[in-house]
Amino acid sequence: MEFFRITRVIPFMKYALVFNVISLITFVLAVAFLAARGLNLGVDFRGGTVIEIAYPHAADISRVRSVVDKMNLGEFAVQTFGSANSALIRLPLKEGLSTAQLSERVLSALKADDPAVTQRRVEFVGPQVGKELYENGALALLLVCIGIVAYLALRFEWRFAVSAIAANLHDVVIILGFFAVFQWEFSLPVLAAVLAVLGYSVNESVVIADRIRENFRKMRKASVPDVINSAITSTLSRTIITHGCTLMMVLSILFFGGETLHYFALALAIGICFGIYSSALVMAALVMWLGVSREDLVKPEKRAGSSAEKILP
Amino acid sequence: MNRYPFWKYALIAVALVVGIVYTIPNFFPEVPAVQVSTSKSNLKIDSSTLQAVEDALKAANIPYQGEAVDATGVKVRFADPDTQLKAKDVLQQKLGDNYIVALNLLSSSPKWMASIGALPMYLGLDLRGGVHFLLQVDMKAALDKAADRYLTDIRSLLREKKVQYAGVAREGQSVAIRFRDAAERNRANQEIGSAFTDLQVKEADAGGELKLLASLNPEAQKRIQDSAVQQNITILRNRVNELGVAEPIVQQQGSERVVVQLPGVQDTARAKDILGRTAGLEFRMVEAHASDPGALNYDPGKIEAAIGGNVPFGTELVYDSSHGKAEPLLVSKNVLITGERLSDASPGFDQNQRNAVMITVDGTGGRIIRDASREGIKRRMAILMIERGKKEVLTAPIIQSELGSKFQITGSFTSTEAQNLSLLLKAGALAAPMEIIEERTVGPSLGKDNIDKGFNSVIYGFIVLTIFICLYYQLMGVISAISLAINLLLLIAILSMLQATLTLPGIAAIALTLGMAIDANVLINERIREELRWGDTPHAAIQAGYERAWNTILDSNVTTLIAGLALLIFGSGPVRGFAVVHCLGIMTSMFSAVFISRGLVALVYGGRKKLDKISIGQVWKPAVAAA
Repeated sequence: MEFFRITRVIPFMKYALVFNVISLITFVLAVAFLAARGLNLGVDFRGGTVIEIAYPHAADISRVRSVVDKMNLGEFAVQTFGSANSALIRLPLKEGLSTAQLSERVLSALKADDPAVTQRRVEFVGPQVGKELYENGALALLLVCIGIVAYLALRFEWRFAVSAIAANLHDVVIILGFFAVFQWEFSLPVLAAVLAVLGYSVNESVVIADRIRENFRKMRKASVPDVINSAITSTLSRTIITHGCTLMMVLSILFFGGETLHYFALALAIGICFGIYSSALVMAALVMWLGVSREDLVKPEKRAGSSAEKILP
Repeated sequence: MNRYPFWKYALIAVALVVGIVYTIPNFFPEVPAVQVSTSKSNLKIDSSTLQAVEDALKAANIPYQGEAVDATGVKVRFADPDTQLKAKDVLQQKLGDNYIVALNLLSSSPKWMASIGALPMYLGLDLRGGVHFLLQVDMKAALDKAADRYLTDIRSLLREKKVQYAGVAREGQSVAIRFRDAAERNRANQEIGSAFTDLQVKEADAGGELKLLASLNPEAQKRIQDSAVQQNITILRNRVNELGVAEPIVQQQGSERVVVQLPGVQDTARAKDILGRTAGLEFRMVEAHASDPGALNYDPGKIEAAIGGNVPFGTELVYDSSHGKAEPLLVSKNVLITGERLSDASPGFDQNQRNAVMITVDGTGGRIIRDASREGIKRRMAILMIERGKKEVLTAPIIQSELGSKFQITGSFTSTEAQNLSLLLKAGALAAPMEIIEERTVGPSLGKDNIDKGFNSVIYGFIVLTIFICLYYQLMGVISAISLAINLLLLIAILSMLQATLTLPGIAAIALTLGMAIDANVLINERIREELRWGDTPHAAIQAGYERAWNTILDSNVTTLIAGLALLIFGSGPVRGFAVVHCLGIMTSMFSAVFISRGLVALVYGGRKKLDKISIGQVWKPAVAAA
């Protein structure tokens, strides 16, 4: 069984401009949505209280809402969570309210209304912690970018480093764009997913960059776009199979992992899908625009084992 | 060709054996257990404690199994939760309050496994249920309090040295002293400077007013902050012990925060209540009271006026409810000492064998108490507990003689009352108030759900992945799948070995790591196919496939690792749980994808001298290439 029977090198780079324009448009759209609607920051970043409650029967959301409403706790939200039996109550931070006791009060009010209610989970994040988590998240993102650029610049060349990070940040922005468009909740696990995607997509770019370097050594007469095309074509099969495999795992988390991991898996899934596109097409095109040449990669001291010359059909 | 040296096989075998041994404990079910530990430093948990526990259980006729002593305490296993509960009551009764008897769940794995450190993975709170608190110590309050203390100290110093001053007041976190003439100011500057090395004094004359500003120097500030956190941690530990939790975590995080984790705690309201008792202690003189004509300042008229709203300047009206009824007292606003000066409080007996509370205060505290008591024999001194702005009098005894650093409060205490008072005094001796700034509570049923869901997502994903890879790459796919399974085994073994906390995002990271780890195998297999396509012999193709893929695998894993490490450094809570597993998973996957799968290939194909075909699925050759 072999899915990919590619008879000739696909001239990806001929359409580089098209790909870059598509990228640019999606990127701009994502940024526009982020600017216009913003992220629906979860309690981790915004601060506040989340209480998950469960009933032995279907939860009556409007009743829960009216109970909480009477307590005058500011702008709150009640929704079903996971199954029909559980509900999620979100409460904002409120000045002068003893936050630690808040969940206790809400729960006892709900118990008074319906004694069958049980508390499954409480999360309370104070304003200073939320701010810190936000800052640390941004710092982590920055550190990942610097680390990756430095490693790729060392291992390959600065053009690859810059292109790879640009292509992959574009993935990150698109994931964030999705979260802004659909107003999905952006929580700490989602941030972890986004950073994992960044690492994962870069890994994809590395595979292609590796092939481009190898091809520069082998295909001495070929032009730069040809070398890149051949690299993308020959790694295409591996790219899709790998991503497909990872996607299987991620979908398994999405379907079986429960509500807590839902957005985490969703972010990963989007990231993986865009990762294929961005590494293969955006990164390679950027490398070409930045004017990579054979001399940049093929150092005089050649490694043993790569002496055999081959020309791809 | 493609043979593997013996030492490599040996290494693989060792890795496998270690992996299996450390993974196995995870499959033993957990059994109910009781854990006996102590919070008292003078008590040691050893085999004699174990003997006492066993005797108590035998006396009560409670069957038990798998008893053991380790660093955390004596652990005894029971057949079912009912016996466990019964045993807990029996043990708590027999051993007394000096020991903490907590319910726990322990793995039923054999003893020899536990003795080599082969324990099940350490589950995070989101998987086993429990409470996580992050508490912030209010440093401003700690420094304010310190300034308050120095304010009193400076005042008495200036009086003692007969320095003329116009007034002393606290300004922010420094003490401002006003003077009428410069000579006195200079003298005060010198006196304060030599008496209090922790203070830095500077002249701050403003608008013709002569003023000195005394504030804590940076080292003293840091010391006060450190000790405030340390003191709070000690107090929190004591309070947590009250809760009887098997494996509590109370530790400092950063310079002014404390993390408290209480696994398995179900009654979160009580936990919060006990932890959240942020109380301060103040010793003040009673200016008027209406209950005991034998004590000085007996003045029912003044008390009535105060209740009516006419509280004299410099005093405030508080209530002593320690004897069941609320007795109104007028106490001075001047604080003699705060709880910080209190070193110890314990129940005991006075010379007449009556219940008493023995109090020890530090040197400065002792001096202040001595001065106050010398001038105030037969007066009453109130000890106030201040909890969230509410002032409550714990006790207001009559001073019988001049006191010092050690003194006792006697009265009509019962032994329980004496014990409670000393506990309250100690708990009240908080250097600075704390505030819960983060809370995560997970109910036990949700924890169980989370384990199941996490486990399912790993298993189902793994099954689908294995089926696909075996179909697509045939025998080479089977080898990939086996090395992936070994990867999972090693990852679980390492997590168990390190006792790293496994959380739900951590389980997701296991799934994700497996999904990513297959990348290395795909790279290798695709590379081998490619080499075969260009007509390499099977042996050469395997050789070239592994060799060429290695660079790529290394590069791609290093970049993934960079992201993982950044998450580990900056992440907190769920992110960190994810990052730990992610980083470890990258390492094990590099080992298993290259080392183990290569070994397996060598095992299958290495022996054959003449190899015509590798079972790697159909290798399609482009028709054009032949032309």
